[in-house]
Amino acid sequence: MLNKNTLKTLMVVLPLVTLAACKSGPTQEELDAEANRQAAIAEQQAADARAAAEAEAKRVEMAAAAELQRAKDMMEAEKQKLESTNVVYFDFDRSSVKSDFNAVLDTHAAFLVKNPEQTIVIEGHCDNRGTPEYNIALGERRAKSVETYLLNAGVSSSQISVVSYGEEKPAVQGASEYAFAQNRRGVLVYQ
Amino acid sequence: MTVRAGKFYKVASKAVLALAFVFAAMQVRAATNEIIITGGVDSARPIGIVPFKYSGTVTLPENLTEVVASDLQRSGKFNPVKLSNMPQFPTTDAEINYQAWADKGVDMVVVGSIQATGIDQFSVTFELVDVLRAQSTGGQSKTLVDGRLVMTKDHIIEKRSKTIQSQDFRQYAHIISDIVYEKLTGERGAFLTRIAYIKVMDRNTNPKPFRLVIADYDNENPTTLLSSPEPLMSPTWSPDGNKIAYVSFENKRPQIYLQDIYTTSRTRLTDFPGINGAPSFSPDGKKLAMVLSKDGNPEIYVMELQTRKLTRITRNRAIDTEPSWTPDGKSLIFTSERGGKPQIYRVNLASKRKNRLTFEGEMNLGAAVTPDNSQLVIVNRTRGNYHIAKQDLSNGDMLVLTSTYLDESPSISPNGSMIIYSALENGVPALSWVSLDGRFSFKEPVADGEVKSPSWSPFLL
Repeated sequence: MLNKNTLKTLMVVLPLVTLAACKSGPTQEELDAEANRQAAIAEQQAADARAAAEAEAKRVEMAAAAELQRAKDMMEAEKQKLESTNVVYFDFDRSSVKSDFNAVLDTHAAFLVKNPEQTIVIEGHCDNRGTPEYNIALGERRAKSVETYLLNAGVSSSQISVVSYGEEKPAVQGASEYAFAQNRRGVLVYQ
Repeated sequence: MTVRAGKFYKVASKAVLALAFVFAAMQVRAATNEIIITGGVDSARPIGIVPFKYSGTVTLPENLTEVVASDLQRSGKFNPVKLSNMPQFPTTDAEINYQAWADKGVDMVVVGSIQATGIDQFSVTFELVDVLRAQSTGGQSKTLVDGRLVMTKDHIIEKRSKTIQSQDFRQYAHIISDIVYEKLTGERGAFLTRIAYIKVMDRNTNPKPFRLVIADYDNENPTTLLSSPEPLMSPTWSPDGNKIAYVSFENKRPQIYLQDIYTTSRTRLTDFPGINGAPSFSPDGKKLAMVLSKDGNPEIYVMELQTRKLTRITRNRAIDTEPSWTPDGKSLIFTSERGGKPQIYRVNLASKRKNRLTFEGEMNLGAAVTPDNSQLVIVNRTRGNYHIAKQDLSNGDMLVLTSTYLDESPSISPNGSMIIYSALENGVPALSWVSLDGRFSFKEPVADGEVKSPSWSPFLL
């Protein structure tokens, strides 16, 4: 019990003793210098923190950009792959999409749904049998049946435009059955 | 002995003359484009177009008579006698040995002369002589004039003189052809007309492979009005012959343009979503029929050129295309798939009433009506073959006119005598011609590119 009281007394007295001792301690200049020193340290610490934060932000930003680039590269790669399989062929005087080309068009549709900023032009083409004007009409019908397929697969109409070239831009010259078949086509052109 | 000498002299003089002509022919450029006649010479009427005698020292710009002979041959109605088959080379009626020509089966002869009369001045005189008439009258016949019997030379059907410049030679030759043709057939000649077509050069080596070309009716003097990296289509002449309407994909989509062929200035007439195609001028030149698919599928519209106001003519889920006007301007002929396959229909523009015109064959497309309103010229598909055919508008009888391959784009000459169209020649589209009766046909050899969508101009003079 006594010890406890003694401790209490010490706790009160000791700081007083210390204060008294300080009275004859540092001058005002010393105190100012110390304050300045403390302020400089704080400033340095703040600057260090700011720099660290900036570096971190930059690191995050770069990582994000790299990620974006990677996504973009992936999209470009995917687009390039799609552009190498961008033709569907039609039967003579027909404009319905043959089921052989469903898989191809599904891949395009999935890509376009995933990339809503991407737009395409669907070109309709014909072989050179029949008149040029009739083939313009038939080519448009072909391009539109490809468009309808993509719309049904969820692609937005704002991503698609359609143009018919009729028989004016054959893929293969001449009048062989092979040329005819190669020319009756719909082409998906990425913009 | 004297007889033999005379004969020898005649033969020798003929040979010398023939050589002179060969030499003259070598001095001028080839007078006409080479054509390949594919049928119908036998039914053509023989005519002697004797080379005109030239007095002068300046080299002539054109072989006048070669152009006339080519014109008459291209009409299908005449078969000009070859130089080597001519019994003589007279330059006036007085020099003609009627019997000699009659013996060759030639009843009409054109003779004439060209005289240099000044700097770039040439006086051309020609006579069209009816050999058979001359034989029966002995070159003189008696006619009553003002109650008096006078001697006439009525076997000379036409005789004219005109002073021309070197730049006029070709045109004057066409004028001579027009005169001879009209005098002997009763029908106006179309030798002073022009054609327009699309030429497509090699797309791999030409940055602008698509060309809109206009040329004289015989494809001489071709001029490129427009070169484009993207397709050009459907050129068609305004009735005054000054403008061409056509479709251009220069902006990566079809648009209809109207271009002045002399100033080459042009106006864009349409830029609707979808098809903008198949322009066709009304006979009065005030309206343009066309095909637009802005409302969902190809429909026929008529645009008033002054106001650009559009009137929709067809309303159908099927393809409607290829409008062309009847000569009275009151109806349009068009192709429609409303019956399942493309066939030809007519719509009365006042009543909007439509009726189907063609029933023969699997398809009929690209129709035009002859200037006399009697025949429909069409592209007919029968057993998979596309040929130019005509159908009588009064009785519906159809006749296939051609035997070429993948025929398309027929266009009728303004006098209704010939059809120009495009057909495949060795797999390449080239120009072909067939007479409206189907008897005479010829084609041009494949050019340095594809030649498509020919359109024959109206009469220009």
